[in-house]
Amino acid sequence: MLEIKDLTVEVGGRKVLNNVSLSVLPGSTSVLFGPNGSGKSTLLSTIMGLGNYKVVKGQILFNDVDITNMPINERARLGIGLMSQRPPNLSGVNLYDIIKVSSHGKVDPEKLASKLNMENFLSRDVNVGFSGGEIKRSELLQLAAQDPCLFMLDEPESGVDLESIERVGTMVHDLISGGKCAGKREESGKSALVITHTGQILDYIEADRGYVLCNGTITCMGNPRELLKDIRTKGYEECIKCRLIEMN
Amino acid sequence: MPSDRDELIERAKNALQKKGAFGEDFDLKTYSEVSGEIPVFNAPSELPNNIKEAMLKTGVNPSTEGNDGNMLVIDNSIVLNNSNNDGFELMDIRDALKKYDWLKDYSWNAVNVDADKYTAATYLNDSPGYFIRAFAGKKVKLPVQTCIMIGHDISAQTVHNIIIVEEGASIEIISGCTSGSDVDTALHMGISEIYVKKDASLKFTMIHNWAENIGVRPRTGIVVEENGTFINNYVILKKVKSVQTYPTARLVGKGAVAQFNTVAIAQPGAELDLGSRVVLSAPECKAEIISRSITVGGEVINRGTLVGEAKDIKAHLECRGLILGDSGINVAIPELDARVADVEMTHEASLGKVAQDQVEYIMSRGLTEDEAVGMIVRGFLEVGIRGIPEDIKAEIDEAIRQSDLATG
Repeated sequence: MLEIKDLTVEVGGRKVLNNVSLSVLPGSTSVLFGPNGSGKSTLLSTIMGLGNYKVVKGQILFNDVDITNMPINERARLGIGLMSQRPPNLSGVNLYDIIKVSSHGKVDPEKLASKLNMENFLSRDVNVGFSGGEIKRSELLQLAAQDPCLFMLDEPESGVDLESIERVGTMVHDLISGGKCAGKREESGKSALVITHTGQILDYIEADRGYVLCNGTITCMGNPRELLKDIRTKGYEECIKCRLIEMN
Repeated sequence: MPSDRDELIERAKNALQKKGAFGEDFDLKTYSEVSGEIPVFNAPSELPNNIKEAMLKTGVNPSTEGNDGNMLVIDNSIVLNNSNNDGFELMDIRDALKKYDWLKDYSWNAVNVDADKYTAATYLNDSPGYFIRAFAGKKVKLPVQTCIMIGHDISAQTVHNIIIVEEGASIEIISGCTSGSDVDTALHMGISEIYVKKDASLKFTMIHNWAENIGVRPRTGIVVEENGTFINNYVILKKVKSVQTYPTARLVGKGAVAQFNTVAIAQPGAELDLGSRVVLSAPECKAEIISRSITVGGEVINRGTLVGEAKDIKAHLECRGLILGDSGINVAIPELDARVADVEMTHEASLGKVAQDQVEYIMSRGLTEDEAVGMIVRGFLEVGIRGIPEDIKAEIDEAIRQSDLATG
């Protein structure tokens, strides 16, 4: 589904990702761990094609198509969806309108919102005055309308209070588990690349593979639950050491 | 209280050379007075199609459906006047001044005859215009429509309007100003005096839709009494030579409210000098000025002044501008002026281009860059005109499409 090869990315002239390689298989979920500032959000933004992220080396393949230099909207049309951690305020643009355009008119925003108990959100300006939990739910509602094959979720649990986390977690679970992707008849289900800091979201989704990103480099790969256990008990230091041992 | 007539004439004559405080100076001699017969119509359905089309483009529906009254002024003649509601009266200001002796206390009271050459010329010119009075306690449900049109090229139009919303009454007025299809160059001078009495409310929406070489000099004064509410929407999207306006609302009764919303697009070659001023003279008054302007090559100046003269008032001014393309000037001049303690007055202003992170956010949902910019621009303007009639919103969408602001 997604394959990243030796990706090196600069932001404002500063190297943020260095020779990153990873893959997300069809119908599977990969999890990205890493300390603050390690480059996790940069990686998702680069896969989406956002302007500040300059690929200086490497390749991004999506369903075997090289999308490294493709415009953002074409990537979205191919089936990549991004849930941002801090999306911008869209003053004067309400959620109803953006849901309508996200689904290219195929989804009735009212029906979709009512399914997710979010009818009251539709008339509000996107992200304006939203609480942490509301931002996440609004992002997920938009993704539900967009219906991508690959969900890229940037810390879906951050800034969400304990009461809302169950709701957000369930929404993520239902989105990722539902549906089939066009062109991949033999592989059922959606794919996902999920950034998590706390690992809380893993209570709601089946994760197949975990990566640890430190200082812009993948330092560990393995079973996501075991990785999380290690990170919780030993911290990210161990992962960096793990990489050093591997390199030697 | 205005002075007696002879004195006003003298003052007006002395002001005929007085330039406006802002904006391009127009030489009144360049324009001729309008003469010639213009037919009078009994109902909107009788109007010729070209006039109906011009009215529609200013948000005025040339029909008796969906409104409680219509008046059409072409050049300096009233050509249509009908109303079908006993909650208000709508008549030519000249007839009203003859009919009601008390009206002279309101005439040239909120606007001075010698403010500048444009007010002076309008005063001296026995100008037509509308007199709208909402009767005490009456809630007029459907809007009253007025349309002021320039019908002849190289002409000067002078209009004098008075609106009185009596105690406890409420009314909505939609006023479209436009020019005929064969008019290129003209000067419009429109004086409006608006009085909102105790516990009354007025929503006043004005849409300007002129031709490329037309100068526009509206002069507006508003007086709002205790617990009265005045909401003003102003929309200008199409080509024009120069518009300079700076309406002033005086909140003279406790708890009075004024809100000004302005939406403007400065087309190439246009000068838009648009201001709103609220003087809060009584305790607990509230005011809000919101403007959203875009230049696509023209010059737009957004002035806003809030003056706090009484305690416990609250006032906010928000002025945002976009510069689309490589040319064009967008200027924000917000002013706050407090004369007493215990006031809460704030302003925020910003100018710039469409934010890239917003464009990319919408693109990440599958829209092209042009579609994303169009959506953001529509949203940007939307904030300036919340609550205006749907027909006018459709006009704004159309103007955005025609301005090449977006292909979406």
